Amino acid sequence: MGFEYTLKEFQGYDFNAFFRQVSDADILRVIDKHQLDNFDLLILLSQRAENHLEAMARKSRELTLNNFGKVIYLYAPLYLANYCDNECLYCGFNRVHSIERKKLSLEEVEREAQVIHRTGMRHILILTGESREHTPVSYLKECVFVLKKYFCSISIEVYPLEAHEYSELIEAGVDGLTLYQETYDRALYKQLHRSGPKSDFTYRLSAPDKACGVKMRSLSIGALLGLSDFCLEAFFLGLHAFYLERAYPEVELSVSLPRLQRAIGDFAAICPVSDYNLVQVMLALRIFFPRVGINISTRENREFRSHLIGLGVTRMSAGSRTEVGGYASLDKTQGQFDVADTSGVEEVKEMISLKGYQPVMKDWQAL
Amino acid sequence: MEDVLLIAGKQIKSRFFLGTGKFSSYALMKKAIESSSAHIVTVALRRVNQGAGNENILDFIPGDSILMPNTSGARNADEAIRLARLARAAGCGDWVKLEIINDQKFLLPDNAETIRATEVLAKEGFIVMPYCNPDLMDARRLKDAGAASVMPLGSPIGTNQGLRTKELLFILIEEIDLPIVVDAGLGRPSQAAEAMEMGCDAVLVNTAVATADDPELMARAFALAVEAGRSAWRARPAQIGKYAKASSPLTGFLR
Repeated sequence: MGFEYTLKEFQGYDFNAFFRQVSDADILRVIDKHQLDNFDLLILLSQRAENHLEAMARKSRELTLNNFGKVIYLYAPLYLANYCDNECLYCGFNRVHSIERKKLSLEEVEREAQVIHRTGMRHILILTGESREHTPVSYLKECVFVLKKYFCSISIEVYPLEAHEYSELIEAGVDGLTLYQETYDRALYKQLHRSGPKSDFTYRLSAPDKACGVKMRSLSIGALLGLSDFCLEAFFLGLHAFYLERAYPEVELSVSLPRLQRAIGDFAAICPVSDYNLVQVMLALRIFFPRVGINISTRENREFRSHLIGLGVTRMSAGSRTEVGGYASLDKTQGQFDVADTSGVEEVKEMISLKGYQPVMKDWQAL
Repeated sequence: MEDVLLIAGKQIKSRFFLGTGKFSSYALMKKAIESSSAHIVTVALRRVNQGAGNENILDFIPGDSILMPNTSGARNADEAIRLARLARAAGCGDWVKLEIINDQKFLLPDNAETIRATEVLAKEGFIVMPYCNPDLMDARRLKDAGAASVMPLGSPIGTNQGLRTKELLFILIEEIDLPIVVDAGLGRPSQAAEAMEMGCDAVLVNTAVATADDPELMARAFALAVEAGRSAWRARPAQIGKYAKASSPLTGFLR
């Protein structure tokens, strides 16, 4: 059946009619509830819930504290290559952009790894564009082999793979998958992903199932906020996570809330998401999922990230470079997106400590 | 008679065990260990960071503690066994808190896999302290497999709900001839005292201490509550009655 079945169930559903009926009392009732259902999540994402952010924040804080304690997990992204066969209008790696394309040699991967390792980072997320020609699974495995010497946990954010390919990478030492559906609005998805393998909505949607099916340890899914109405994107992201949580209870699940920043090509957010909106999404998802991780990357600026600590976020990237070769190479490319929090790892650790939380550099032990 | 807690032949100086996750800093964690005089301290191997450049949690554990690495992150017996062996290889000793969790939502332990891992690790000379659901048959199996104690949950991890499994814990206390340590779910010192009054041998707490505004003071409060609860159990309290004792007894005429 998969999650697509759930998506289809909501086709044609009159969300506006639902939102019109939401009352203040509904919101307060949901905040106090122990086990929430789908419609409770929708209530927390409604416009009316904006008036209750403080009460939501209190609940979210309590749940986050009980379930995760006073810690924030840190990781660093490492861009291996920016070759891409896709034409995604919002992305800096869009194949039609005439940017310099680059793929790190294994020696360069090692140099990047050394620089990141020296910052104390032990969790790495490796990224590529979608190009089976330039960055095949065999190349990813070679990179993982190099990175294993430096990191305790290796996650991938690459193109969707087949189950046996995820298996191969797990065998090689990968323990986490990050894969964003970008938007759960199928029609919009088609408009934004003009060509390339990513234009297949269903293929992308089915990838997390394939990875979890072969026992990927952790999974992070997300929607690129700003492409469509944030309430609905967050709602479907929540339902997707709920589906995965039920189907694969052993997987450590987290959701990411990347907010669209200006990329190359000047693609502007279609539905801009305010700080207020982003906080509402984070709080609603935390209240819905007490145990699911929430990631906030360096797409958000330092001050805003600092305010989110204690409210629901559990994982953050730090010291990020989104260029290929960004850590060690003089010959780096342009980034996939502009980093808003340009603080170094030490500064991020200090910011977290100042908020009374512990920055955790290592939370897994490769087996 | 002296009231001694013996586990695997070792005298444990405090019946309050402390978990070390969730603290806002290692320095604060250390203060909590010291203020409570916890003797057994659990550490997640997944957190141990022995490389240069980062703080290593092990440096903050007082030297006279019994370090009990846990297998947090293990989804099955094989992973737990590998983690335990890695801990031993990393110099963390023979004690292991066996924790096998296959459900990330409720973090409930998998008893079947835990029994399997206990059997293997006990044979390898580990002092196995298994975290489990309070099930009598499984507790017997754990004992047969070589567990050094049984550590049933009071309620799910991090919920602070206290002894929701009370009736089942009573059965384990009654029937299992091993130390019973309530692990998980204790949110208040009064709940820890209650566990000890029931006859549990020790309690293990982490969230309630680490997430308090003053973890150092809360750790101390738990340790005192555990001591009080233990003393109360040893003092053999009178039954709690349902009815008032009538001043004119119903059978007074028999005199």
